[in-house]
Amino acid sequence: MNRPSLLWKLYIAAFYIFLFAPLLVVAIFAFNASPFPSPPWKGWTLEWFIGNGSVFGKPGILMDPIWLTSIGNSLKVAVPVALLAVLLGTVNAWVLERAEFRGKTIVAMMMLWPLVIPGVILGISILAFFSRVANSLEEVLQTDLDLLRPGLPLVILGQLSFILTIATLIIAARLRKFDRSLEEAALDLGASRAHVLRTVTLPFLSPALVGAGLVALLMSFENFNTTLMLVGSDPPLPITMYGQMREGATPAINAISLLLMLGVGGIASLFALTSKAQG
Amino acid sequence: MKPARNLTLFLLLAPAVIWLGLLIILPHVEILVLSLSERVGPRVYKFGFGNYLEFFTEPLYWRTFARTAIMSILVTVITLVLAFPIALYIARVAQGRLKAMLLLLCLLPFWVSELVRTLGWMMLLRETGLISYLLQMTGLVGQPVEMLYNDGAVILGLVYGGLLFMIVPLANALESLEPSVVEAGYDLGGSRWTVLRRIVIPHATPGIVAGSIIVFMLTVGNFATPVLLGGKNGLWFTEQIYAQFITRFNWPQGAAFGMLLLVLSSAIVWAGLRLSGQSLGTTLRQA
Amino acid sequence: MRAAMASSSDLDLVAVTKRFGPHLAVNDVSFSVTRGDFFSILGPSGCGKTTLMRMIAGFEDPTSGDIRIRGKSMVGVPANRRPVNMVFQSLALFPMMSVGENVAYGLNCRGVARAEAEQRATRMLERVGLKGFAERRVTALSGGQRQRVAIARCLVLEPTLVLLDEPLGALDLKLREHMKIELKQLQSTFNTTFAYITHDQSEALVMSDRIAVMNQGRFEQVGSPRELYHNPATPFVASFVGETNRWSGEGGGAGGTDIRLAAGATVHSTGIVPAKSVLCFVRPEAVALSANAESLASLPNRFEGRVSAVLFDGANSSLLIDTQGFDQPIRAVLPQAGPLAGIEVGASIHLGWTADAMKVFPA
Repeated sequence: MNRPSLLWKLYIAAFYIFLFAPLLVVAIFAFNASPFPSPPWKGWTLEWFIGNGSVFGKPGILMDPIWLTSIGNSLKVAVPVALLAVLLGTVNAWVLERAEFRGKTIVAMMMLWPLVIPGVILGISILAFFSRVANSLEEVLQTDLDLLRPGLPLVILGQLSFILTIATLIIAARLRKFDRSLEEAALDLGASRAHVLRTVTLPFLSPALVGAGLVALLMSFENFNTTLMLVGSDPPLPITMYGQMREGATPAINAISLLLMLGVGGIASLFALTSKAQG
Repeated sequence: MKPARNLTLFLLLAPAVIWLGLLIILPHVEILVLSLSERVGPRVYKFGFGNYLEFFTEPLYWRTFARTAIMSILVTVITLVLAFPIALYIARVAQGRLKAMLLLLCLLPFWVSELVRTLGWMMLLRETGLISYLLQMTGLVGQPVEMLYNDGAVILGLVYGGLLFMIVPLANALESLEPSVVEAGYDLGGSRWTVLRRIVIPHATPGIVAGSIIVFMLTVGNFATPVLLGGKNGLWFTEQIYAQFITRFNWPQGAAFGMLLLVLSSAIVWAGLRLSGQSLGTTLRQA
Repeated sequence: MRAAMASSSDLDLVAVTKRFGPHLAVNDVSFSVTRGDFFSILGPSGCGKTTLMRMIAGFEDPTSGDIRIRGKSMVGVPANRRPVNMVFQSLALFPMMSVGENVAYGLNCRGVARAEAEQRATRMLERVGLKGFAERRVTALSGGQRQRVAIARCLVLEPTLVLLDEPLGALDLKLREHMKIELKQLQSTFNTTFAYITHDQSEALVMSDRIAVMNQGRFEQVGSPRELYHNPATPFVASFVGETNRWSGEGGGAGGTDIRLAAGATVHSTGIVPAKSVLCFVRPEAVALSANAESLASLPNRFEGRVSAVLFDGANSSLLIDTQGFDQPIRAVLPQAGPLAGIEVGASIHLGWTADAMKVFPA
C-alpha cells in the first residue's frame, strides 16, 4: 500500500488536471483579444480589465459601472455580514463553551441546523417571513418598510443566517482550547474581569476572530443561492455574473472571475496563516 | 449574585435566540403555513393541501423532484468513487510537503466561487468551447460538438463541485487509521483487496457518511450549476421553487415545493445516518 | 493571647466546609499558618485539597466557616482583591505575553507606572535567576524556567501568602528533585509564607516546615515532617506518609500488650492494645537484620525469614522477607555496608524490632 502503482499515480495526476482545467481556462481567456470568451486565441490584451470600450464595443471591468456597482454592492453586504458574524459568533461561542443552563444541548443543535438547510430554502423562508412582517407593520404604521423588502438589508440577514453558524463554530473551537486557569491566574494577580477579557481572553481568541471574519467575508462575497432569492434592484457580484453567463458574455466575465480568484487566493492564504498561528 | 448571573446568561443568549428565532425558526414556520394556504381569490387564501395536491397531479413537478433526488444520489456515489483513491493517496501515501501541497491544491479551487467554476466548464464544453475547438483542430471531428446542456454536463459540474467536501472528511477519517493495523492486515495474509474491504473502508465509514451527506445536501440544493450547465434540460427542483417565487409570484406553491425539498434532504440525510449507524453531531464534526 | 496568636499567623481557617450538592468536599477544616512558614497540604487526589486552596485564593466560596488572612476575613472578597497569589498546576503563564510582561502583569493591574513595573519585573527576574529573560517568549522556556517565572509573577506583588497547586506535577523526575530544593531556597530567601498542596509525600516532607495530611475532606493530622513520620496520629497518616509494613491483628484482651496477627504470628507493642481488632505499622528502617539470632536477642519481636526479593534502588534499597506468621513479606532496609550488604534472594535471615517501633491503631 505504501508503493502506489503507476495507474494510481496517473489517476492522481489526471485528477489534478481535471481540478484546475476550468480555472485555468477562465484565467487565460481573460486576456484574449477577442469579443467572445472562446477560442481561437487572438493575442494578449488587457482591454477586458482597463479598456474603455473603444476596441470591442464594451468596456473593461474596471471601467464598467455595472461591474463596479456590483462589487460595491457585494462589499456593502460582505462587510456588515463579516462584522456581525464575528461579534455575534463570539457571544454564541461563549454560550456553547462557557454557559450552563437547561436546554443547552437543544440550543447547540439548533445552532448547527442552518448548515443542513439548502440555501434556496433559507432564502425563500426569510423572504416570505419578512414580507409578512412588513405587510403587517405597514398596515399598523401606515408607512413603507423597504428595509424588509428584497434588497441588500435582507440579503445581509439571509447570508448571516448560516454564516453565523460557521463563525460560531470557528470561534468556539478556539475557545474550547483555552486554558481557563489563565483567566484565574489573571484574576489572582489582581486584574478586573474586564481587564482579564481584554488582556488575556481576547488576545488568545484573536486568530480565530480574524479567521472567522475572513471566512465570513469570503462566503458572503461568493454566496449565490440565498442571495438570489432576496436580491432587489442592487445586484451583488454573483447575481450580475449569473445574469451575464445566461445571456452569453464577453471576456469581461473572465476578467472579473480572475480578480475574484486572486482576491480569494489572498484571503485564503491570510486565513491559512492565521490558522497556522493558532496551531 | 444570582440575578446578576441570570442577567448575564440572558444577554449571552439574546443574539442566539434572535438569530435562530427570527432568521431560522419563524421563517420556516412561515413557509409551512404559506404552503398550506390555497388561493381562492385575489388576496384571499384558505387553509388546505391544494399546493401539495398540485405537486402530485402535475407530472412536470414530481418528475423534476424525482429526477433531482435520483441524480443527486448518483452524483454522490460518483463523487465518492472518484474521491476515495485521492483521499487514500493524500492520507496514507503522500508524506510531508507533498501531502500538504496535494491537500492545499484540492482546497484552492473550492475557495473560488461556484459561478467561476461553472464558467470554466461552460468554456470547456460548449459548442464554441475549448474542447470542441481542439477536437476540430486535431481533425477528430468535422464540425463543432455541443457538450453542454445535457445530463452529463450537469453531473460533471455537480461532481466537480462536491469533490472537496468528499475528499476532506475521507482523508481525515483515513488519516486516523494506525499504519500498524494495516500492516497487521497484510501480515495475517490479507490481499490488497481484502485489507481495503475489511480494514480500510470500515475504518473510513464515518468519513464516507459525512462526505456523502454533505455532497448530497449541496447537490440537491444547488441552483446555478444545473441551470447553467443543463440549460433548458437542467430541470432542477430548486429552479421550480425559484420560478414559483420570483417569476410566477405563486408563493404558496413555492413554499410547498420548499417544504418538499426540505423533507427530501432531511429524509435522505436521516436514512444515510440510520443505515451507517452514525449520529449527526459526530458527522458534522467529521466535516 | 489570642490577639498575639492572630498577629503571628498569616492564614487562619476556621471550621471551613464546602459542599458540592450532596458531596462534602471540605469538611470542617481549621488550621493556622505561621508567618514565614512553608506549609503543605498533603493528600491523595480527590481529598479536597484543591478545593481548599481555591477557597483560599477566592475562586470558590466556603459553604460555611471563615478564612482570615492576617486576621481579616476574606469571605466575600473576590480573588482579584485578596493579598494571595497562586502558582497554578499548569503554571498558567500567559502565552501571548513575554516573560517580562507576565511578571509585570499584576503590577500593571495595580496601576503601577509602566516604567516602574518593568523595572521591578526585571529585578524580580534577576532574583529568581532569570536575568536577561524579560524579552523571551514564555513558550521558549524550559520547564524549570517556566516554574520560576510563575513564582516570580506572584512574588513581585509581595503577597502575604503564596499558594502553590502541585506546580511540580508536570516536570520529569530529575527536574522535580532539583526544583524541590530550589523552591525551598526561594521561599527562605524571600521569607514569604508558602502554602503548598501536593499528593507527593516526598515533596511535602522535603520542603515543609509543617504539613497537614488531608483525607476525604478532613485534616487527619497537622505537624512537622518528623512528627508525621515518627508519630502518625492515624492509620491513614501512618500508611500515606513514608514506606511502612502494615498488618492487621487482634489484641489478646484484658489490657495485654500482645497482638495476634491474622496470619498467625504474635507481636509485642509498648502500650496497652487499644481495641480488639487493630492495625500495626512498622517502618522498614526500624526492622533490624542479622545473620544470626543472638545479636537480636534483646528485641521483643524476633522472627526468622527468607529473602524473597532484593529491591535495589541505591540508598533506598530494601529487602522483602517471607516470614512465617505474616500474610505479606516484611519490608526492611537493605544495609549499605557490612556482611548483609551483598545478600541474595533465598538467603535465610533473622529480623526483629523494638516494641516502640511499632505503631498500633484501632482498625
